[in-house]
Amino acid sequence: MKKFKNSLEIRPFLALIVILLACEVLYRVMFGDSFFKITMVDGHFYGRLIDILRNGSKYVILAIGMTMVLATAGTDISVGSVMAIAASVACSIVDERILPSLHGNVFAAVLIALLVGALCGAWNGFLVAKLNVQPIVATMILLTAGRGIAQLVSDGKIVTINSDAYYFINGGYFLGLPIPFYIALFVLVIAIILTKRTALGMAIESIGINSESSRLSGILVSKNLWVIYIFCGIMAALTGIVESAGIKGADCNNCGLLYEMDGILAVALGGTALNGGRFSFVSSALGALIVQTISTVIYAFGVTPELTKVFKALIVVIICLAQSPIFMAKLKGIFSKKGSVAA
Amino acid sequence: MATKLLRMEHVNKSFPGVVALNDVEFSLEAGSIHALLGENGAGKSTLIKVLTGVEKMDGGEVYLDGNEIHVTSPFDAQKKGISTVYQEVNLCPDLSVAENIFIGREPKKHGHIDWKKINEDSKELIKEFDLNLDVTKKLGAFPVAVQQMIAIARAVDIKAKILILDEPTSSLSQAEVEKLFDIMRELKKRGLGIVFVTHFLDQVYEVTDTITVLRNGGYVGTYKTDELEKPALIGKMLGKDFDSLAEISVTQREAGENPEKFIDVENAGTAKIKNVSFSLNKGEVSGLSGLLGSGRTETARLLFGADKMTEGHIKIHDKNVSIKNPLDAIRCDIAFCSENRKTEGIIGELSIMDNIIIALQAKRGLMHVVSKKEAAEIADKYIKELNIKTPSRDQKIKNLSGGNQQKVLLARWLATDPELLIMDEPTRGIDIGAKAEIQRIVVDLAKTGMSCLFISSELEEMQRCCNTMYVLRDKKIVDKLSGDNITEANIMKSIAGEGEN
Amino acid sequence: MMKKLTIGNVSLLIAICLFIAMFVGGSIKYDRFGSVSTIFNLFNDNAYLIIVATGMTFVLLTGGIDISVASNLAFTCVLSAFLLDKRWSALVVIPLVLFIGTFAGFLMGYCIQVFKIQPFIITLAGLFFLRGMCAVVSTVSIPINNAFYKSLALSKISFQIGGSRAKLYYYVFIALAVVLIAWFVLKYTKFGRYVYAVGSNEVSAELMGIDVKKVKIAVYAISGFSASLGGFVFSLYTLAGYSLQNMGLELDAISSAVIGGTLLTGGVGTVIGSMFGVLIQGIIQTIVTYQNLNTWWTKVTIAALLCFFIVIQRIIAIRAEKKKA
Repeated sequence: MKKFKNSLEIRPFLALIVILLACEVLYRVMFGDSFFKITMVDGHFYGRLIDILRNGSKYVILAIGMTMVLATAGTDISVGSVMAIAASVACSIVDERILPSLHGNVFAAVLIALLVGALCGAWNGFLVAKLNVQPIVATMILLTAGRGIAQLVSDGKIVTINSDAYYFINGGYFLGLPIPFYIALFVLVIAIILTKRTALGMAIESIGINSESSRLSGILVSKNLWVIYIFCGIMAALTGIVESAGIKGADCNNCGLLYEMDGILAVALGGTALNGGRFSFVSSALGALIVQTISTVIYAFGVTPELTKVFKALIVVIICLAQSPIFMAKLKGIFSKKGSVAA
Repeated sequence: MATKLLRMEHVNKSFPGVVALNDVEFSLEAGSIHALLGENGAGKSTLIKVLTGVEKMDGGEVYLDGNEIHVTSPFDAQKKGISTVYQEVNLCPDLSVAENIFIGREPKKHGHIDWKKINEDSKELIKEFDLNLDVTKKLGAFPVAVQQMIAIARAVDIKAKILILDEPTSSLSQAEVEKLFDIMRELKKRGLGIVFVTHFLDQVYEVTDTITVLRNGGYVGTYKTDELEKPALIGKMLGKDFDSLAEISVTQREAGENPEKFIDVENAGTAKIKNVSFSLNKGEVSGLSGLLGSGRTETARLLFGADKMTEGHIKIHDKNVSIKNPLDAIRCDIAFCSENRKTEGIIGELSIMDNIIIALQAKRGLMHVVSKKEAAEIADKYIKELNIKTPSRDQKIKNLSGGNQQKVLLARWLATDPELLIMDEPTRGIDIGAKAEIQRIVVDLAKTGMSCLFISSELEEMQRCCNTMYVLRDKKIVDKLSGDNITEANIMKSIAGEGEN
Repeated sequence: MMKKLTIGNVSLLIAICLFIAMFVGGSIKYDRFGSVSTIFNLFNDNAYLIIVATGMTFVLLTGGIDISVASNLAFTCVLSAFLLDKRWSALVVIPLVLFIGTFAGFLMGYCIQVFKIQPFIITLAGLFFLRGMCAVVSTVSIPINNAFYKSLALSKISFQIGGSRAKLYYYVFIALAVVLIAWFVLKYTKFGRYVYAVGSNEVSAELMGIDVKKVKIAVYAISGFSASLGGFVFSLYTLAGYSLQNMGLELDAISSAVIGGTLLTGGVGTVIGSMFGVLIQGIIQTIVTYQNLNTWWTKVTIAALLCFFIVIQRIIAIRAEKKKA
């Protein structure tokens, strides 16, 4: 029981449940219908929960990469730009704008886009691990340059594509559930195996807590960091591919805009400390679903979508305050005072 | 009788789960040097933190010049005339020397800071400390000893009535310590009350007038220094007549009768030290002796690959090996306990178990994970063998006392089953009991055939543990002593550079 | 006097040299580039960014970060445009928006300092919140027709130099005044030195009797103030308020500071450097325009430059470490 209480996953899980239940109650009161309503059309499930699952999967994938980086006390603010690059590369190949010899092969396009993501990650890793540049500064370079590079690939135009195979990555179904869900699940499992079946997880945590001690204990810090940033780059690229498959094209100016913030937000909501240390992919994934739920809920209630940002902000503040022992102590102080007065 | 400058009575302070101070009293006379002694965890630092306003006390009174005071913050303490110099230099490396002396109380002219006056005044001031340097340079550009002196200069200059020196000597060389003592005596003449916290008992007898001993958060007593013999003092600190230090006296000298060579270093060098040559035998404890900055630590880091080797060779069992990073060294069965326990040793947020197995895990490779079961067995084994005091192996290491953290680090390295164990100042800043235990462990390990390289500033300790000793001066090995030649007198001679030519 | 080659100095020196080199290079290559008018236009077009970067420098010097500035700036613009449209007096609107911006900064600083929340996260919340509030006020662009704003926005010094006409708008002087005051504060006041001390070593600063809490809250309030003052200047520049204005401006401000020699770890940097950082970005933009290139070349060039400066800083830092050992 104690172990259960202490695990990192429990808080975001409860938060997600509470948010969903609150929506259900509100929705029933306001519209007399269930927020959870799921219908079956042509063997595919449709409904808000499915939407959350489909659209939230992007954030899950992104958050998994980000979790690793943040656990090493690093950060990667270039993921949005990497998404744009990957989307631009993949769509341009599918559209035969570049590498026409591939004849728009979707599989090759995805593979090359992922490779490009890995390359971006390697660049970040080089700056962080080899040159010891502060992660936020190091990744700022690619953040600034990324969209420019993406436009270079697509020749400054918005690429629209016409490929059912590529659409399938976002819009497809398997066993009634959307494809992005399976991609996210696959990534999650891979990440967990990668960190639990090997000692990579421990290495990540120890680097995040004290990198010099880790180095002197025989952990090859820079090599590990490199691997982690590459992994994060691949995840960002994958997110970019899923995103572009959803909008059926690549818009270099807007693809992945502010996604670095959403990615970090998801991890923070999941409870991984942003200054390194303990982490959990599952709780980051739950955090990502919370991020998506907020958007879906706001849409469902017919509130202007711009307010999403305000809600996100409020939730960030609430969660940060709830995680701050000083704030909780103060709060307790106020309540106990009130209690004693009442008594 | 001199006036009581400071009186603290019935001081209580608890942290969650620990009573740090229990009805402690302390009084300081003007114009005296007062040693505050006790083992780690005795409550010395908490008492100082309470006095300087870093921590709030739960109960008790503090009187300054007979008037009750309530110190609310370190700044408040300074304003009241209580200045502190901490063990780790607490100044700002990016500001100039002069600024570091005057920050918080800058002289002003026409509403802005008077830079000229700051620079001139600070130049004057540091002259009193026999320092002659460019005060407009950034503080970070100077060695630690100089920074420490500047910290003291600052503390003195803020019209302090009380100067608290918290372990100021641990990073100073002998000559610098002497200089510090001269300054302390001078300040004493001026009527300051000085509180001196240290682990070096010899220094206590050299410079202090009065001793107050704390033990386990309680007050033991206050004594005149010249009336309290050293063994009696140790007894007070430990709460028993302590003789286990004597137990491991010179017993291991015969150990290496037919020593087998383990490692050979030939003309090796890094960015920090050049031309290092020496060899270590199996089953022996070798020492590296010398003043701080003489190259002891650099030599150790070279062996372990902590600094990149740029020249020379290392041979293990007569075979050339290439050690490019710590992992290479670990795979050559070398282990290294750094002198900086907090920054280069422990991984604070991880459990004791994880801290113990991390090096073993690295040695095996991250792909070959040490199973939970095996890890638990290893951790439990060493917790028992090394007598690590902890409720469980899952405790975070940062919650342990210094001595126990050191033992966990020792366990980390023993778990890798090394042939050579390098220990840089393993006993610094830990209490006498734990010190003796660690010394005993080292000697015992050598008996089992391990080769140990031991670095310590305490000659007595080195003399007690080592079979052979290399003496360093100015980043060079200048002497090798062995067997009965290892005496304090001989070591001192080599360090000082006598007996050459 | 030859000062020691520190990270800050070298970066600043390189930044200034680079700026001059680019200006000279541009003058040789393009007609009408090498004129006072080009320089003045750099100031005209980047006055708001100079102000924001100056405030940002304070935060960066303490080792913090404030990514909410762009949203803060946009909110100031949108709110003032909205209120002016509702026929509020400019003399009420200006103090009000400046107060709101400063208060937002103060609030974030308070959370960071008192509740020990990471600056990145809390200013991220600020970024989302203020950007969201922009949209709540208005999702469409509101033009500013207020007479006071208009006269202020269009007032300029203009004179003839060698055949070309150079204009300097009045609001540029706001930016210059901000830089000058900030420079003086950082160099000659207690508060300024405390900012450096806190960034250099927070624990030491506390023990030396500096009220770290106040300093750290103050720098975020300053950053909030500069962001809203930047917003005011920007609303003069465009005479409109739009909720999606200046997305990503926070990064321009941060990269300006980095190019100008500010270390993101705190303790090192100057506002003059940050100003040159802004001007360099501006001149790159100008050259890209002259060269008739796609605008994304600006970003790529700035990134390359950023990379160059970061690497230089690292090399100097590594050399300094070696020397010390």
